[in-house]
Amino acid sequence: MAENPNNIQDETPDEQIPTVVANGVDIVYRVNGTGAGRGTATAALNRMMRRERSEKAAGVRKVHAVRNVSFVAYRGEAIGLIGTNGSGKSTLLKAVAGLLPVENGHIYTDGQPSLLGVNAALMGDLTGERNVYLGGLAMGMSREQIKERYQGIVDFSGINEKGDFITLPMRTYSSGMGARLRFSIAAAKDHDVLLIDEALATGDRSFQQRSEERIRELRQHAGTVFLVSHNNKSIRDTCDRVLWLERGELRMDGPTDDVLKEYEAFTNRPAKPARVA
Amino acid sequence: MSQVLHTPPQSTPPPSRVTQAGDDLTALAVRYGLSVSGARPTLRTYVSQLWARRHFITSFATAKLTAQYSQAKLGQIWQVMTPLLNAAVYYFIFGVLLGTKHGVPDYIPFLVTGVFIWTFTQSSIMAGTRAIAGNLGLVRALHFPRAALPISFCVQQLQQLLFSMAALIVILLCFGIPVTASWLLVIPALALQFVFNAGVSMVMARMGASTPDIAQLMPFVLRTWMYVSGVMWSIDKLSTKDHLPRVVSVLLETNPAAIYIDLMRFALIDSYHAGQLPAHVWPIAAGWALVAGVGGFIYFWKAEETYGRG
Repeated sequence: MAENPNNIQDETPDEQIPTVVANGVDIVYRVNGTGAGRGTATAALNRMMRRERSEKAAGVRKVHAVRNVSFVAYRGEAIGLIGTNGSGKSTLLKAVAGLLPVENGHIYTDGQPSLLGVNAALMGDLTGERNVYLGGLAMGMSREQIKERYQGIVDFSGINEKGDFITLPMRTYSSGMGARLRFSIAAAKDHDVLLIDEALATGDRSFQQRSEERIRELRQHAGTVFLVSHNNKSIRDTCDRVLWLERGELRMDGPTDDVLKEYEAFTNRPAKPARVA
Repeated sequence: MSQVLHTPPQSTPPPSRVTQAGDDLTALAVRYGLSVSGARPTLRTYVSQLWARRHFITSFATAKLTAQYSQAKLGQIWQVMTPLLNAAVYYFIFGVLLGTKHGVPDYIPFLVTGVFIWTFTQSSIMAGTRAIAGNLGLVRALHFPRAALPISFCVQQLQQLLFSMAALIVILLCFGIPVTASWLLVIPALALQFVFNAGVSMVMARMGASTPDIAQLMPFVLRTWMYVSGVMWSIDKLSTKDHLPRVVSVLLETNPAAIYIDLMRFALIDSYHAGQLPAHVWPIAAGWALVAGVGGFIYFWKAEETYGRG
């Protein structure tokens, strides 16, 4: 990193420092077993016998989830990602986190961006208590850190408000309780670049308020925050800049109010097939 | 982090952000020392990242192991019951029905040791094959060196084996096998076998990640491997009695699974003496562990950045 003299950061106090740079990013999913003849055994055999081994013949279908997206995010920004279902918001977020490989283009980041969410590491058959430890370790916290924050996590989730539930297996929790504990575990760690995927919409009203507050706290510690949400109100409350993705393409990038106005006009149009110009 | 500086020129400049062209974006990223997201770390960094996650590896393994029987009424008793029942079935088929004994002394301890040690390798490799492909949710949600997954599954199998070993010791004592100092050899033998298993699992994890079909094929490969590994019969007896060609008996004897099984029998069963072991058994055992462990780890690391592609 010899090309990065330290004085750049100190030149002017209000100079914008980039934390995430996306440059012409394409993301493609490959789905197996979708070729002609659907999933029947004879069709699969047929494909194997055929000479040409093009991806289509092998029954692999490509789904182009994000197309040629470029943007620069700066330190201190909170950026909302909006778009209709299946427009590639979560996919883009995962690629920024480095969890999904990009097909073309590059994503550069300052430090290690992390997705807010540990759902995949938790196990329903284990008690809430053990899941707090497992989730914390999966996020890269040390045992000592988790021990220190354990009580805070449990209190924040409010799992024990109605009795000693933290020592029961997580599969016995109601969906709301499970979501609260998952959010509490995920939010226990401070992040450089924080990526949040619709995490605000969990739990009851009082828990939502508490989690919004926690998100604001995390924002103060984090350099940059990305938030994916379908709730325009929470985008307005938290973000000062919005990226609008539609069919994998970056349709608009600008101040929250401008973009949301266009987006609302777009989504409120009478039901006719949406078409990207 | 040198990846930043070796960025290939952009073939399609992105027009979407009108103010900056693609090359400017790359230049900007380089100027501020940003690194490529999700790039493969160097081998040294990778090892230290993995070491930093060692608590996650063991907790994940223990969690998986406990979750396995958490719905059963008898709960964790099944950890010991399952291997015991397994041994009983194998004894019934090979000891009683087929009569594979062929003059092997202490046949039941011989058979049960073989079955348990083989199961350790077999389940590790099977779990390794599914380690990435079966945990895409985890791979796509959290950041950790991916080798943590296959290693963690091998640790889970090791923990499972320790329960089986407890059952095995009960069986050994029931059949009047004396406790000797050679039992201590169990520890190095298991350590070498674990390294071997982890290495093969990592190879299979990478292959299974790109071609999930391998998981369908593995049971057949593994079953064939089991039958040539002397789990139910004595390779030593076969090669001396049936006058096998030299090549075949050498191949049978240097097979890593057979090596680890024989070492364990030698360590635990007093009637299984050193003469029945193939020549240079310890160097071969260590060699397999080294080749599989180091080779598997590097092979897995080479594709680190591609895991997670569906």
